Amino acid sequence: MQRIATTPGLFPLPDDAKETLSDLKGHQKHDLVSGDESPEIESVYDDVREDLVAVQRDAALDRVVEGQARWDDMLAHPLTVHENVETGGIVRYYDNNNFYRDPIVHGDLTFSGDLAADLEAAAEYTDDLQAVVPGPYSLADLATDDHYGDDEAFLAAIAEFLAGEVEAFPAVESVFVLEPSLVTNPPGDGEDARASEAIDTVASATDADVVAHTYWGALEEKVHAHLLDADVDAVGYDFVSNHEDNVYNIAEYGTKDSVALGVVDGQNTLVESPETITERVDWFRDAVPDPVEFDAAYVTANTGLFYLPVNRFEEKLRALAAATDDRADGETEEVTA
Amino acid sequence: MSNRDQFRPEDHPNDHFLLTTVVGSYPKPKWLDRVKDRYEDDEADFGDDEWQEATDDAARLITREHERAGLDVVVDGEMRRNEMVEFFADRIDGYEFNGPVKVWGHNYFDKPSVVDDVEYDESWLVEEYEFTADVADRPVKVPITGPYTLASWSFNEAYEDDEALTYDLADLVNEEIEKLVDAGARYIQIDEPALATTPDDHAIVGEALERIAADIPDDVRIGLHVCYGDYSRIYPELLDYPVDELDLELANDDYEQLDVFKQHAFTKDLALGVVDAHVADVESVEQIESNIRKGLEVVPPEQLTVSPDCGVKLLPREVAYGKMENLVEAARNVEADLDAGDIDVSAAAPADD
Repeated sequence: MQRIATTPGLFPLPDDAKETLSDLKGHQKHDLVSGDESPEIESVYDDVREDLVAVQRDAALDRVVEGQARWDDMLAHPLTVHENVETGGIVRYYDNNNFYRDPIVHGDLTFSGDLAADLEAAAEYTDDLQAVVPGPYSLADLATDDHYGDDEAFLAAIAEFLAGEVEAFPAVESVFVLEPSLVTNPPGDGEDARASEAIDTVASATDADVVAHTYWGALEEKVHAHLLDADVDAVGYDFVSNHEDNVYNIAEYGTKDSVALGVVDGQNTLVESPETITERVDWFRDAVPDPVEFDAAYVTANTGLFYLPVNRFEEKLRALAAATDDRADGETEEVTA
Repeated sequence: MSNRDQFRPEDHPNDHFLLTTVVGSYPKPKWLDRVKDRYEDDEADFGDDEWQEATDDAARLITREHERAGLDVVVDGEMRRNEMVEFFADRIDGYEFNGPVKVWGHNYFDKPSVVDDVEYDESWLVEEYEFTADVADRPVKVPITGPYTLASWSFNEAYEDDEALTYDLADLVNEEIEKLVDAGARYIQIDEPALATTPDDHAIVGEALERIAADIPDDVRIGLHVCYGDYSRIYPELLDYPVDELDLELANDDYEQLDVFKQHAFTKDLALGVVDAHVADVESVEQIESNIRKGLEVVPPEQLTVSPDCGVKLLPREVAYGKMENLVEAARNVEADLDAGDIDVSAAAPADD
């Protein structure tokens, strides 16, 4: 089982950029990223992107994300910058003490290219690029539909929209599709199958390895079973918030050939040592039945990392990289000098 | 056994008495922000003594501004406090700060980490209270961030779970309140906004309040402030809490949730939010009177306190003042109408079930 050190992205801004951007943009809801920033603001984000990639390269993570510094509205970002989406009031982000602008979709979700542009820029600094996108079910859950008319059509439209965005990506090694809403607001009968199809639509838009990553608990059994029908390369599980039910799901229903293991807490400053991270991955390997063999395990933080102050965020990246750099059971050879 | 009458002014003009007060925070004078920049600038010749004098001036100014608005119970507008968790975490052993984290957009706060057992060190609020009480002619209320919010809005590195941390913090809050009571404080408000985000934890907040209220004399009025949540998920459970008063934000969504509190006799005093803390237009006296009457649908006048929805620190100062002034005028008008028998309060059954 190859161990790949990575993260689900959504990084904190460096502290000096927090101040610079706050001064340039302002503090109110109409001051947030809209997609047509001034060249001055763009250039700050360019610097931040380069810094965030450098931090990951210095830590020696196996997969490097763009960092999503422009995602003022967290996972809702691809919609809040869309021309046919209006931003409503500030609403609570899941059960977090965080808030985002409610994206109200009032027209066709046409191709935007916003995500691809950021990735193009990041690709200049790394060959190990990993894209991060909100999953269609979560993005629909975070948004308000004022155009498509019903939940089914809205979810399908969001999936098509995301697929179009993913198709425009530069070459990436992997794509993390973040689906916390599958856990926090599980789809009901019929909707669970459609959520899986929606993820499938997004995954089919790329040749890169696709990870459907879930967090903030464990999936309901039926939702998990449906998710396995999607043509993704790996499903991601949050072992920080609920390791028992996640292992149960895998033992009971199996999973994909690869797996993503959220073993580092993206929402707590307590830094897991490389040994602790390794122990957790080993624990997982021992907890699932022997016949289950995995191609690769993405060893990752459970959630995005913007919850953390910069010092602890960087320490967590280093710990993740250190936990995997000399570990491999069997399939990957250790490189020795 | 109401401990409310002690806050009724001797020269109160009406027979009925609707206690008027505020939740706590108030816009800081612009000059205090400028002074703070100098205080934080290592190059500037501006030290602790100068900062103390500046915050004293601001606390005196805002306390008197509250009195000028006619409020029955005043606070100093929390002029010495930066943020409702940071301020306390800074004074409690076991906390450390690692840097700002995002709340939304480019709004950040210095979310602290609990890295060791929390312990009481220096006093948090006694000096603030003594100064304000000395300056004020009216009684003074002391708002204090509750243990559940102090725990929830911190990173927990040291405790098994947030519940265990909450209870340890509750013991510290209890210790602080005992010191405040010794110093003469008779009106304490525990702020627990975090309860709104995780209503399923209402029993943890209840247990924490039991620890806080233990050994606090009955003549000390204890309020609990909660805001911006789905109250149907914590009511009627809130009525079991050992507090005298529940202070609730309700004007923000135009009393859409008022019916929640009619499903079960409201056995506490109700501190009703009657002006919106996040809209920069001053509500008219007539509008506020109408809002106060909404409260009388839930409790009789003897149980009604009138206050803003929440702390008003994000409003322009003149707007905040306008709201306070109209709030008091509206309360006095409703009292006069009650005296004259012009308001039917039969809807609110006496709360002695």
